[in-house]
Amino acid sequence: MSKRYANLEVLKGINLDIESGEFTVLVGPSGCGKSTLLNIVAGLDRPSAGTVEIGGRVVNDIAPKDRDIAMVFQSYALYPSMTVRQNITFGMECRHVPKAEQEKALASVARLLQIEPLLGRKPSQLSGGQRQRVAMGRALVRDPLLFLFDEPLSNLDAKLRVEMRMEIKRLHQRIGATIVYVTHDQIEAMTMATRIAVMHHGEVQQFADPDTVYRYPANLFVARFMGSPPMNTMPARLVAEDGGPVVVIGAGRPDEVRLRLQGYDAAASFVGRDVVLGIRPECIAEGSRGFSGASGAPIVINAPVEMVEPTGAETIVLLRLGGEPVLARITPDIRPAPGALAPFALDTRRICLFDPVTERLIA
Amino acid sequence: MRDRTFAPSRILIYLLVSLIAAAYLAPLAVVMLNSLRTNQEIAQASMIGWPKQWAWSNYLAAWSGFCVAETCAGIRPYMLNSALVTIPATIFSTMLGAIAGYAVSLWRFRGDNWIYGIVTLGLFLPQQMRLLPWTIVLRDIGLINTLTGLVLIHTIQGLSFTTLFCRNYYIAIPHELIRAARIDGAGFFRIFWRIILPLSAPILIVTVIWQFTHIWNEFLYGVTFTTGQQQPVTAALIALSAAIADIPQHGVQSAAVIIAALPTLLIYLLGGRYFVRGLTAGAVK
Repeated sequence: MSKRYANLEVLKGINLDIESGEFTVLVGPSGCGKSTLLNIVAGLDRPSAGTVEIGGRVVNDIAPKDRDIAMVFQSYALYPSMTVRQNITFGMECRHVPKAEQEKALASVARLLQIEPLLGRKPSQLSGGQRQRVAMGRALVRDPLLFLFDEPLSNLDAKLRVEMRMEIKRLHQRIGATIVYVTHDQIEAMTMATRIAVMHHGEVQQFADPDTVYRYPANLFVARFMGSPPMNTMPARLVAEDGGPVVVIGAGRPDEVRLRLQGYDAAASFVGRDVVLGIRPECIAEGSRGFSGASGAPIVINAPVEMVEPTGAETIVLLRLGGEPVLARITPDIRPAPGALAPFALDTRRICLFDPVTERLIA
Repeated sequence: MRDRTFAPSRILIYLLVSLIAAAYLAPLAVVMLNSLRTNQEIAQASMIGWPKQWAWSNYLAAWSGFCVAETCAGIRPYMLNSALVTIPATIFSTMLGAIAGYAVSLWRFRGDNWIYGIVTLGLFLPQQMRLLPWTIVLRDIGLINTLTGLVLIHTIQGLSFTTLFCRNYYIAIPHELIRAARIDGAGFFRIFWRIILPLSAPILIVTVIWQFTHIWNEFLYGVTFTTGQQQPVTAALIALSAAIADIPQHGVQSAAVIIAALPTLLIYLLGGRYFVRGLTAGAVK
């Protein structure tokens, strides 16, 4: 499926197959086409080519209201002149659902979202979090095949956002609905999704479950987009030593770092060539740390510390590995002195190697 | 506290402003005073003067006694004509303008900007340019010399303004509201009726005031397309002055002018607050 506006191709060759009951998150930086994709699924926008299927039915020529979908908008889009009750029942009213049935559905949704005391109020009399709930209530009451969420949490303050995030996830677990959720926040994607579609420049970069996206990012964009702080990436060289691959950071420098890799058979063809090495900040820790499941003594390297950022829950350290700047996450009570050398343990099992030309994951 | 000393420049400004205000209000004052003076008094003294005795009978004569075009019922029937033209034309043009403004602002469709441009082009066409086309149209559909014909003209001519007003108001309404309602299953008219119209009070008040004043005071179409008993009050006032050209009846004429101006004055007094507020609504957020 693709979408173009005049000469601008905003979506290219999108092909996503979402299973019933899945919580799919479309995540990407602004302008990556994720909202356009959602609008096309909703029927508010038309694809330039390709088909959209919902529940096995091609819906390209079917109006939004007949697609059996419900949508929650970033601005909530509550009808300002209607009460909460009317906002929630408006969709059923449009579909001529009998009054008694409307009341029943309203009551159960209001109970589910705990908005019973708000039913008589106007949207202007609600707080941000309450509006958010009502917007969800309006979608839930319809019991559709597919829920579409368009950045529903981005207008909330940080604390409320975390609360609602958990609530949406709990809701999904409870009612087992099929959800497509758009966000630019990779933490929302990681925490809520059963599968994540990372989008960039109108293309799906990777479509996989959160662990796979995090552990095996398909390319450098995904590696740098997911995670906070993001994955460290740096140029390196892959060489063979004693019959196994060794990756060298800052080759030829006095402080070069050589890391032996195990189980990276897929990288065999890159031996003797340049690669991009990726390592997540949590795979670099204080020298005394043992990584779970690791056999033998951990690899410890003395590296110069440039800067230390205590966050309370952990300490973020900017250090240099073979001259390359790298972020590490260490325990909060250790504060290495900037400018000095400090020991760091590396979990080399979780290193990612990327092709420097295609930027794709090698192993 | 403000600086309370009167600088010479400030005195000059006040003087100038007062002069302009006086010049602007003088005709109104003359008409109001004359409407309360007897005929003899005006004839003996001059057009400008304070009433010696309050001649309230002028108003009664103007309203229901005076003879215009061979009937002696004052301007009352013509006031009724004006009301029968103005009220429906105001309602129709406002409603149609609201729907048109809603369509071009919140529903994107092919050529929407062109349609909006053509509709508002009507604002810039001089009135006299439209006289001939309207003559042909009214003749062909048999509405020459009828109030219905005037209602039709004012409804359609008013669309340029009402569409412009409403469109500029609706453009500030978030599009997500429409999207949400479409997914909820509402169509074009249900969304208008249930969601957009309840938000429209400020702009509808502005549009109604504008249209009412404009149509009530309109003269050219009234005098061109209607005669005799069918004329609106603006046209009848001219007939009235023609009928009494031999013996000047300035007192009664002045009273008639004041009565004819009352409805628009009343509308403005009732809704003026909203008018000023509404014109700037949405301009600043």
